[in-house]
Amino acid sequence: MDYTFHWRPVFRKLPDLLEAGLVTMEVAVLAMLVGVVLGLALAIIRMSGLKSITWFAVGWIELARNTPALLQLFFFGFGLGAFGIHLSPFLIVLFGLSFNNAGYLAETFRGGFNAVPPTQVKAARSLGMTPTQAYTRIVIPQVMRVVYHPMTNQMVWSVLMSSLAMLVGYRELAGETQFLASKTYRIFEFFLVTAVIYYVMVKLILAGSRLLSWRLFRY
Amino acid sequence: MIEIEGVRKSFGKLEVLKGIDLAVDKGEVISIIGASGSGKSTMLYCINALEPIDSGRIVVDGVDVHAGDTDVNKLRRNIGMVFQQWNSFPHLTTLENVALAPRIVLGKSRQESTEIARKQLDHVGLADKFDVYPSRMSGGQQQRLAIARALAMEPSYMLFDEVTSALDPELVGEVLDTLRLLSEEGMTMLVVTHEIGFARDVSDRVAYFHEGVIEELGPPAQVIENSTSEQTRRFLANVR
Repeated sequence: MDYTFHWRPVFRKLPDLLEAGLVTMEVAVLAMLVGVVLGLALAIIRMSGLKSITWFAVGWIELARNTPALLQLFFFGFGLGAFGIHLSPFLIVLFGLSFNNAGYLAETFRGGFNAVPPTQVKAARSLGMTPTQAYTRIVIPQVMRVVYHPMTNQMVWSVLMSSLAMLVGYRELAGETQFLASKTYRIFEFFLVTAVIYYVMVKLILAGSRLLSWRLFRY
Repeated sequence: MIEIEGVRKSFGKLEVLKGIDLAVDKGEVISIIGASGSGKSTMLYCINALEPIDSGRIVVDGVDVHAGDTDVNKLRRNIGMVFQQWNSFPHLTTLENVALAPRIVLGKSRQESTEIARKQLDHVGLADKFDVYPSRMSGGQQQRLAIARALAMEPSYMLFDEVTSALDPELVGEVLDTLRLLSEEGMTMLVVTHEIGFARDVSDRVAYFHEGVIEELGPPAQVIENSTSEQTRRFLANVR
């Protein structure tokens, strides 16, 4: 192997990479928040059993889960672009990731609600609780516990998936790495360091999630 | 008092209650026996409006349970219910399980509702389990927790829906003892049960349900020991 490593160009640009890491976190967290709201809405629509609207939720969930995330991103970029709707790279990534997150989370939430026996609601109502009290005090806390770990996984997935953003021209961590690597030709070194940064970010998310779960779920 | 008049109820095409009449006096313990599917449990669910009825009337302390303008949430405060699957709230400690409804339904202070919960848990013999989560308790303990939770609302009536059917045999006794204790304290109780011995020893009256009607109603000495009904006798012979 006659490849000579040159780390100096990478370390010189480390602040840029870390800053790009923050951009990654930002877009991943935003896409997660939007995904949670939309995913909850999709789950409720799907569980409603109203034929006139369930097709919409089912279609979304099917597409999000069974097509490559990259193509979903391309849809919001090149796809909409073909119809004259030109979104900024940031919005393409945010919409694409949110679309994907929402599809997966919808099924997570649906599973969570199905995991709480309907008799829990009956028991709560038999004590005189209103439907709202039964849901907020009894059902939702139990759903939270069921969906917590799948949600953590989705957050991790959201971070890793955001690296696809470099293919629609967004300068998050992967995009920035690509940009800097092509300027210096230290491609291997740059992507190795970036891999470490991703790894650390994911580990931080997992550690934070674990700490929070100890605090939240004591049963 | 609970007055049940001509109650009919169907699930789809299946009519499970075909005209039930029953009056329950204050302080009375009525055991409801009968085969699965005879409508016993459905009857209980109709009394606190967890199930709607198709026709007839159920009146509890002068309030028509199924009238459109009845506040069922208020009504249910006065009618405790314990289920076959005890339905303890798994995310709350025993103390929180019991204290929750007095606090958020009756609007009692946190301190007051906790005090009520302590008292009721002590009442059913769970004084050593205040801070335990239900998953750490046996079925019998969880069922007694469910009883304490219902009692914490200080109801005038208690409905028990096959509360020992899902329990391991060795845990049945502790739950039946709790029911006995309540009956001695004068609680008005409707007990759907397969425990014929309990029905005989504790109830003032026994109702035998058969295919959606009350086939026989009377003191245990009559219904269980000297039934004149062929149906009742055949059922009792099978469960004993």
